[in-house]
Amino acid sequence: MHANTRHLEELESEAIYVLREVAAQFEKTALLFSGGKDSIVVSYLARKAFWPAKMPFALMHIDTGHNFEETITYRDEWVKKIDARLIVRYVQDSIDKGRVKEETGYSASRNLLQTVTLLDAIEELKLDACIGGARRDEEKARAKERFFSHRDEFGQWNPKNQRPELWDLFNGKKNMGEHFRVFPLSNWTELDVWQYIKDENIPIPSIYYTHERECLNRDGQLLAKSSFIKLKENERYEKQTVRFRTIGDMTCTGAVLSKASTIDEVIEEVAASRVTERGTRSDDKRSEAAMEDRKKAGYF
Amino acid sequence: MTDSTKHTIIENPTRGLLRFFTAGSVDDGKSTLIGRLLYDTKSIFEDQYEAIKNTSELRGEENVNLALLTDGLRAEREQGITIDVAYRYFSTPRRKFIIADTPGHIQYTRNMITGSSTANLAIIMVDARHGIIEQTCRHTLITSLIGIRHIIVCINKMDLVDYKEEVFEKIRADFEKFSSKLEVVDVRFIPISALNGDNLVEKSKHMPWYGGSTLLYQLENIHVASDENLIDCRFPVQYVIRPQTDEYHDYRGYAGKVAGGIFKKGDTVVVLPSGLSSKIKAINTFDGEIDEATPGMSVTILLEDNIDISRGDMLVREHNKPKMEQDIELMVCWLNEKKLTVGAKYAIKHTTQDARCVVKEVLYKVNINTLHRIEDDKEIKLNDIGRITIRTTKSLYFDSYRKNRHTGSLILIDEATNETVGAGMIL
Repeated sequence: MHANTRHLEELESEAIYVLREVAAQFEKTALLFSGGKDSIVVSYLARKAFWPAKMPFALMHIDTGHNFEETITYRDEWVKKIDARLIVRYVQDSIDKGRVKEETGYSASRNLLQTVTLLDAIEELKLDACIGGARRDEEKARAKERFFSHRDEFGQWNPKNQRPELWDLFNGKKNMGEHFRVFPLSNWTELDVWQYIKDENIPIPSIYYTHERECLNRDGQLLAKSSFIKLKENERYEKQTVRFRTIGDMTCTGAVLSKASTIDEVIEEVAASRVTERGTRSDDKRSEAAMEDRKKAGYF
Repeated sequence: MTDSTKHTIIENPTRGLLRFFTAGSVDDGKSTLIGRLLYDTKSIFEDQYEAIKNTSELRGEENVNLALLTDGLRAEREQGITIDVAYRYFSTPRRKFIIADTPGHIQYTRNMITGSSTANLAIIMVDARHGIIEQTCRHTLITSLIGIRHIIVCINKMDLVDYKEEVFEKIRADFEKFSSKLEVVDVRFIPISALNGDNLVEKSKHMPWYGGSTLLYQLENIHVASDENLIDCRFPVQYVIRPQTDEYHDYRGYAGKVAGGIFKKGDTVVVLPSGLSSKIKAINTFDGEIDEATPGMSVTILLEDNIDISRGDMLVREHNKPKMEQDIELMVCWLNEKKLTVGAKYAIKHTTQDARCVVKEVLYKVNINTLHRIEDDKEIKLNDIGRITIRTTKSLYFDSYRKNRHTGSLILIDEATNETVGAGMIL
């Protein structure tokens, strides 16, 4: 199967073990699904872990409303393909209910607002665990994350009081109202994910491949044209040949100039790349500790 | 930079994973070493490099401080020390590496235990100017206790002792004297300068007297597959898969990860605790049936007979059973501020079993600098290691930790706070 990549077999086995552990230790779990490659791989592994039975958790999409159309089309097809169930919760609903206030200004984004919608959903659905696709190599605050990450009743993460995680014994014990975030891909790198997608022939949203798109160059970031972006004076859209390295909210996910039209070309590009994938995300650039702050508050 | 460290896709790692951890005391260059390995294997991206370059400049440092790369959380940035386990990744054409970067501070031994529990190899850092100090001994003892079979002792800052062979040899002799009392199979010594990159990726020009290979070369080539127990068959049942669909009406698969030995289709197995036996009808994965499953593989086993089996049960071979007892003796490393209490009850996680236990007795505490037994002070506090006996609410199916890391390890959990408070290695 992974003839040339024995380490992927080991990572796959580890992730499947973690997913089965979640099913055994928790009662009501959701798999957080964004339509990005990491959550695609996690859901694919969940399919594998419980086959021929259905996976015992639903996929949950926290929808900012600022989506790439291609992601939503993909999402609905993928859910059918892996025989899963989908729950969607909308940031718009949180705004309408007055739970959060829409950001204003040129760099307004709904990325941060997602946290409230997510925590509300966890409370509403009484979820005791949420599975995510985060990897430790993504960002320095994530390098210290456990596989089983405890969150208090406010959904907060406390990096100073993480439970020691020993061997493959995962402690998912908790009090009422608390929950866990679980990250089966903790030990994968971006390249591992791509290599795995290739080896397993997993379909991915078309915007990961090269295409022509009207983009706005703002502070070195290529943002896709959308009605959610407010142009400053002198700013204008230009047609570019791009692809996306990560998929998230349209207002903060930057494109990269690329002609990669096949998975091999994407892998080659990722391998040769000199900038981390989070480098295309303006949400991480707000301050040096941006990710750490968001994680403490209950972000993905 | 040599060709062998170039990051391109044709050069996929072919030797699987090597998980290692680094231990050392504050200021002995551990973070610099890791930063160097990442930098020299081109595992650092431009934006990361720019960020640490800026920080280095802000701090008025002369060179780019590679140690900042492994500097994760805000508190650490403020204090300038690593306070938790951080995981780092890099690959070479030969291997993928996972580093558990563990702190050297006394009060954070629990993080070192955490980081080392999944590792195959330890890098122990020694400052050439200071030689073997108390913390070196402590780290080495924990390494041995946690069952690491391969140690690479990096004698760092050789540049500050004029790259003298005598310094290296003296430290090596001191270390060997100390470690001969421990059960570590494979110890190697490398003289390095993490700051200048001597003997990390490239052989040092300053130490022609050193005939060994570089650190990276050793990491790439060390053989760890045989560290797993391939003899004693152990399969803790993790989850029972029952599709209950028309197509798979009678399907009952026992999902789990092989903890020891090799399971083959057609093998007769015994189920613990019931003692009933059956034959393996098939070993399934999503990708199809396989003939055998080896340690570390997550598979689903189907048996020929319909036996009642649930999570926590274990499949073994008839003439090779683990111990099944309720009175268990173990070494425990204490991980919590609240000390261990004799007579107190704790929750236990062992393989896929949940149980409870009561601590019966503390036999002795270990002086982790000298390895001597302390018999007059039996109070086991945070970061202490001691030998204890427990009685569990039901039988555990276990091997000694030395024989099998998966079936010989357990964690103790405080029932009030749910915190993991003790790491146990069964004797």
